[in-house]
Amino acid sequence: MSSPTAVLFDAPGPKARRRHAVLTALGAVLVALTLWVVLRKMSEAQQLQSTMWTPFLHGEAWREYLLPGLWGTVKAAGISIVLAGIFGLLFGVGRLSAVAPVRWVSGVVVEFFRAVPVLIMMIFAFNVYVFNAVFPSTLNPLAAVVTGLTLYNGSVLAELVRSGVHSLPTGQSEAGLSIGLTPGQVLRSIQLPQALTAMLPALIGQMVVILKDSALGYQITYLDLLNWSKTLGSNYANTVPAYIVAAVLFIVINFSLTVLARRVEQWLSSRGSGIESTAALETTVIGATVTVVPHGHVADEREPR
Amino acid sequence: MLDVLRNYDVLGAFWVTIQLTVLSAIGALVLGTIVAILRVSPVAVLRALGTSYVNSFRNTPLTLLMVFSILGATYILGLSLAQDSKGNIFRWAVVALSVYHAAFVCEALRSGVNTVPAGQAEAARSIGLTFGQSLREVILPQAFRSAIAPLGSTLIALTKNTTVAAVIGGTEAAGLMSEVVENETGSITVFLVFAIGFVIITLPMGILFTSLSRRLAVKR
Repeated sequence: MSSPTAVLFDAPGPKARRRHAVLTALGAVLVALTLWVVLRKMSEAQQLQSTMWTPFLHGEAWREYLLPGLWGTVKAAGISIVLAGIFGLLFGVGRLSAVAPVRWVSGVVVEFFRAVPVLIMMIFAFNVYVFNAVFPSTLNPLAAVVTGLTLYNGSVLAELVRSGVHSLPTGQSEAGLSIGLTPGQVLRSIQLPQALTAMLPALIGQMVVILKDSALGYQITYLDLLNWSKTLGSNYANTVPAYIVAAVLFIVINFSLTVLARRVEQWLSSRGSGIESTAALETTVIGATVTVVPHGHVADEREPR
Repeated sequence: MLDVLRNYDVLGAFWVTIQLTVLSAIGALVLGTIVAILRVSPVAVLRALGTSYVNSFRNTPLTLLMVFSILGATYILGLSLAQDSKGNIFRWAVVALSVYHAAFVCEALRSGVNTVPAGQAEAARSIGLTFGQSLREVILPQAFRSAIAPLGSTLIALTKNTTVAAVIGGTEAAGLMSEVVENETGSITVFLVFAIGFVIITLPMGILFTSLSRRLAVKR
């Protein structure tokens, strides 16, 4: 059998084929039953009427609500990934520094912001900005969302930078040192370029986390896709369809990013420049293809945040 | 710092956080294991079911699930899980957290299944074990042991994600914090109290799971 899970089970005989047919039927019934319950609940609440769904076929719902919502989400996520990249680079390099106090401070900062929930940071940043009038009042929610996302994801990226550099073969830095480069030069011109290239898939994966987390801005009145969908739902009186459309939009965007990350990863390892040890190791021992990475940093099974 | 602890029920809020964490962790583990079994099963329909579950819930914001559970499921669809609104919010928060994190538990387990050498599964098959038996007796016990580290990071993320319940008016740590930080005009003490609270909960978890993953790892 060519299926990647084939190792867990034999090519089915007559008995197993019958069992599989029963299981297939059971699975189909389960799916149908779930769908039926959901649709019945929705029709009881009059959420299936065509008037609930037709707004999405017209330009207005998109122009007035969904596109501004998407723009809000993408704007917050875009600014955050850039700032988080800078933050991650600074503190990742800080954790690799030859100066011990710099290492300690960077370590404490990174570990602290990884341990604190993003929402707690957003709420705090929002209140600080509001009470101290740091930004024009319309910018406060965006600034708070970006602050929370940058601190958390920057710390995650800092760890990726560090583990990326650590997983390079020691021969790389030894070769650099032996031709007379200083440790700083070795880091800048030999280790970082390789580590950062290998990080690319993980960086795209982190983009998915950032996009999802930007929805937390809902709590501090940031106008992202979720918040606009809520407004859309109350204006057209189609709350349930509005959330379903928003969820589908999120899933489509994030799923495409995940696929892109996987492609980049394959492209990087097919280039064969000796960096596959830092990127995810593709293993197909048993079960479908899953990426397993040494230090617990996984591009595909990223952390749920 | 003591003022904050004295004037507000910080411990009570963190107690709700812990309750949410424990209940959702159990829910996510059970659901995630089922989805993982679906994803490695020999039946194509079930595999597709598992895959679409993971792809849907891993790519949807948890905030959206939470908001939908109250504004959509409770108000519009009339699916109330408790008589009082507080109980309803708590139970829906547990459901949303379990459903969301089950996708990550499934992926952690699947990466664990991947570390089991092919010879183990082949040996199980060759002595005549069925798919269910070889999964139960041979593959999953080893998969769980090597999935401890990713399961641990999922649990830590879940603990932090309980804060998302604040968007539907949950009375856990982040819900209380939004109130307190506004009363105290954005004081950093309030932030530190709540931030340190989470460090106190998640730090031992991290240490425990790291040592567990070392001790329980299957020696190969």
